[in-house]
Amino acid sequence: MASHAFEIRDIGLYRRRRWRNSVFVFACTGATLFGVVWLALIVAELLIQGLPGLSLSVFTERTMMSGGGLGNAIVGSLMMTAAGTVIGTVVGIAAGTWLAEYGRDGKLANVIRFISDILLSAPSIIVGLFIYAVMVQPMGHFSGWAGGVALAIILLPVVVRTTEDQLGLVPQSLREAASALGAHRWLIVTKVCYSGARAGIVTGVLLGCARISGETAPLIFTALNSNQWTTRMNDVMANLPMTLYQNMTINSFIPDLVQLAWTGGLLLTMAILALNIIARFVAR
Amino acid sequence: MSTPEYPSNMPLGADQHRLRALGRNHRLDLAFQGTTFVFAMLVLVTLFAIIASLAVAGYSTFATFGFDFFTLNRWSANQEIFGALPAIYGTLVSSAIAILIAAPISIGIAVFLTEKCPSKLRQPLATTVELLAGVPSIIYGMWGVQVLAPFLQRYFPSVLPAGTGLFTAGLILAIMIIPFITSVTRDVLMTVPKATRESAYGVGATTWEVTRSILLPSVKGGVVGAIILGLGRALGETMAVTFVIGNNLFFAPTLFGQGTSIAALIANQFPEADGAQRSALLALGLVLFLITLLVLTAARLMLRKMDRAHG
Amino acid sequence: MFKRLLTAAAVGSLMCASAGAMAQSINGAGATFPYPVYSKWADAYQNETDIGLNYQAIGSGGGIQQISARTVTFGASDAPLKPEELKKNTLVQWPQITGGVVPVVHVEGVDKGGLKLDGKTLADIYQGKIKKWNDKAIAQLNEGVDLPSTNITPVYRAEGSGTNFLFTHYLAQVSDEFKTNIGEGKSVAWPSGVGAKANAGVASQVGQINGAIGYVEYAYAVENDLNVVSMKNKAGKFVTPNIESFKAAAGNADWKDAEGMYLVLTNQPGEGSWPIVGASFILMHTDVKDAEAAKRALAFFDWAYENGDDAATELNYVPIPSNVAELVREQVWSQIKADGKAVWDK
Repeated sequence: MASHAFEIRDIGLYRRRRWRNSVFVFACTGATLFGVVWLALIVAELLIQGLPGLSLSVFTERTMMSGGGLGNAIVGSLMMTAAGTVIGTVVGIAAGTWLAEYGRDGKLANVIRFISDILLSAPSIIVGLFIYAVMVQPMGHFSGWAGGVALAIILLPVVVRTTEDQLGLVPQSLREAASALGAHRWLIVTKVCYSGARAGIVTGVLLGCARISGETAPLIFTALNSNQWTTRMNDVMANLPMTLYQNMTINSFIPDLVQLAWTGGLLLTMAILALNIIARFVAR
Repeated sequence: MSTPEYPSNMPLGADQHRLRALGRNHRLDLAFQGTTFVFAMLVLVTLFAIIASLAVAGYSTFATFGFDFFTLNRWSANQEIFGALPAIYGTLVSSAIAILIAAPISIGIAVFLTEKCPSKLRQPLATTVELLAGVPSIIYGMWGVQVLAPFLQRYFPSVLPAGTGLFTAGLILAIMIIPFITSVTRDVLMTVPKATRESAYGVGATTWEVTRSILLPSVKGGVVGAIILGLGRALGETMAVTFVIGNNLFFAPTLFGQGTSIAALIANQFPEADGAQRSALLALGLVLFLITLLVLTAARLMLRKMDRAHG
Repeated sequence: MFKRLLTAAAVGSLMCASAGAMAQSINGAGATFPYPVYSKWADAYQNETDIGLNYQAIGSGGGIQQISARTVTFGASDAPLKPEELKKNTLVQWPQITGGVVPVVHVEGVDKGGLKLDGKTLADIYQGKIKKWNDKAIAQLNEGVDLPSTNITPVYRAEGSGTNFLFTHYLAQVSDEFKTNIGEGKSVAWPSGVGAKANAGVASQVGQINGAIGYVEYAYAVENDLNVVSMKNKAGKFVTPNIESFKAAAGNADWKDAEGMYLVLTNQPGEGSWPIVGASFILMHTDVKDAEAAKRALAFFDWAYENGDDAATELNYVPIPSNVAELVREQVWSQIKADGKAVWDK
């Protein structure tokens, strides 16, 4: 039926479509490569610059102008991250529980959910300023607690979100079954729902923990930094991100300290990437 | 609460012991609900506390400068002239550059991952892109100032004589937000029912045609939401930007030249600041927060509409 | 499980930290300009005495704030406080170290040390009024130098800093226009150019950009082997920056008659004086609450006056002469009291 001319036109159209499509697919593949290559470049740079400085003294010595290590900064960071994670997790799980179990589709719950989502992407420097205004200024001094609370606020919405999502995935029938056995609401939530949602919540907490481990901006105005071994949370506190920042700015005239910054950057990035990957395994 | 009575709940023949257990459990129920409610309200309170504390701390600046705070073309702390225009301009332009670069790339990655990628590679590639979001921003800053800026300066000396500037900041920001936009775009692309796309492929449509005519139109709101979400991220990014933006405190209508962003200005000046300057920086913080609030609200509303449409 | 892990990590870190925990330490915060030398002293002092010094270079403004709020034992500032400000806050101040700021350039075709400038020209360059290296104003000062037509890129400190204060304090003295348009201060709005972070950032930008001019603490110019500029001083002579010309300027300082030790050393007279020199100050309360902490801090500064000169010179700072140190001990430290009793008794 088809005429000769029509067939030729058809082939032309076909070629054009094919050509357009291959350009598009090529562009998409290129975009993917573009996205992946940065991680490779950054990790490569960290390895090249950071690996030569890696030694035991990095962990055992405190920060000094000449020589020294990052031991005190690592300890301080661990403590503040731990404080931030504990505070943020407790508040976050409770808040997420309320949203999933009690608030549900109510107006208030929707508002809180919305605000939590907004806080999730709020600039971390603002959180630092906020804690400066409400904790550092009234207390009169920088402190590890201020740093920990700032980190907790950054972690909070991550945990709220995952807790609510995970509790939502717990089948309603489980709740009903527990209820039929005579269990009260609080018991159902803590024993039945939490155990069902645990893996997901742990994933969320790990991801959040990874995020706050690397935060620098909120610590400038809250924990500050120290070159001493600091274990009192009520005092200025040494931490890794600030040490990297200082070593790349005011200390950057000392080649050893720039070297140490790259080594610290390598450690920090590897720890955070490891947490991210572990979180994905927990989720499975 | 006085001793509760449970006419309807009380099992027949319940003894005193059981009744007490019921009462205890009821109180625990209330306590549990109450506690979780208080913590949920804490989330709400945090947002308003942030706005309130910054407004109080920055009040004297708004009182002194009024609307001029937004239109004065320079930020000169020693002369106590605080004009936010250069910082606002730099924030918006560097973020816009970031979006212009990151949006098409991210959509490309998302389409590749959902439509074209061999299934064995899909998960590793997606994870790799997402890990990019895990790299701390201070690392981007170090890398930007020591690797990227010198590279740009060396190979594009006529456009970027110093290697730093709004464009460099935008490029770094683009790299940082690609994972966010990609992962949300990928999520919304996956919401397109399998049957829809398979029937399109079935009648012989190419990947490009499916993407352009089926996928993107049906998830338009979600993709736009994802991009705006990325914009929200870019606006407030601090550590990476402060190293490479060039920190010019005079307003200059430039794309490749030096400028500053709100976050970078705060990070640079806050430690040295006191008195009027400190108040001005806190006021600036409020401005940044309100801008991001606006943008993020728009993003969430769009994504929520998406959710409803598919939910 | 996760929480247990975290607790374990926290406890573990507490334990290993207490192993290296400090017996005593001194807390100070403030100026960035003297930061390298204070830190170097602190390391040496801690090796000798086991007393640690945590000095956080949060900036002069931060230093004044923190000492006023009594959250640190001492504050440090590059800009001295006026006598009345000291009184109001019950503070005393004294100079602990002196240093110089030097302009550096990177102009292909101009030899190392081959460029001369005066204050007015430097001010015009930083105001963006002189845009090319072969401008008449520069050529006049550099007869016989073949100046290229390269564009000038001024590089400046992006963050608030004592270096900025000294540099702008000088330029405001030699150029009225600079004084009204830009003014002196720790963070000023430069009308053109490129902002870089910290001295090292300025040094590296100047190194990378052809046509750049910047200003850094002298140590950075030496370390990065940058092309330093000779400056015309108040006496009308061109001087090159080095320890000698810094000393010549600092030697002019009449600390004895300076009320509250208020003295800024830029643009000093004298044929050999480098024009951009400044002292960095330590601030402490006259009515201290913690006498032991104050004593520890003073002991450290005493040690630094006695033993710190070599470390300072190595970093190209100028130590405070011993007669000034004696003056400080007698007239300033004697004012520092706890419960009416002088803290310093050596």
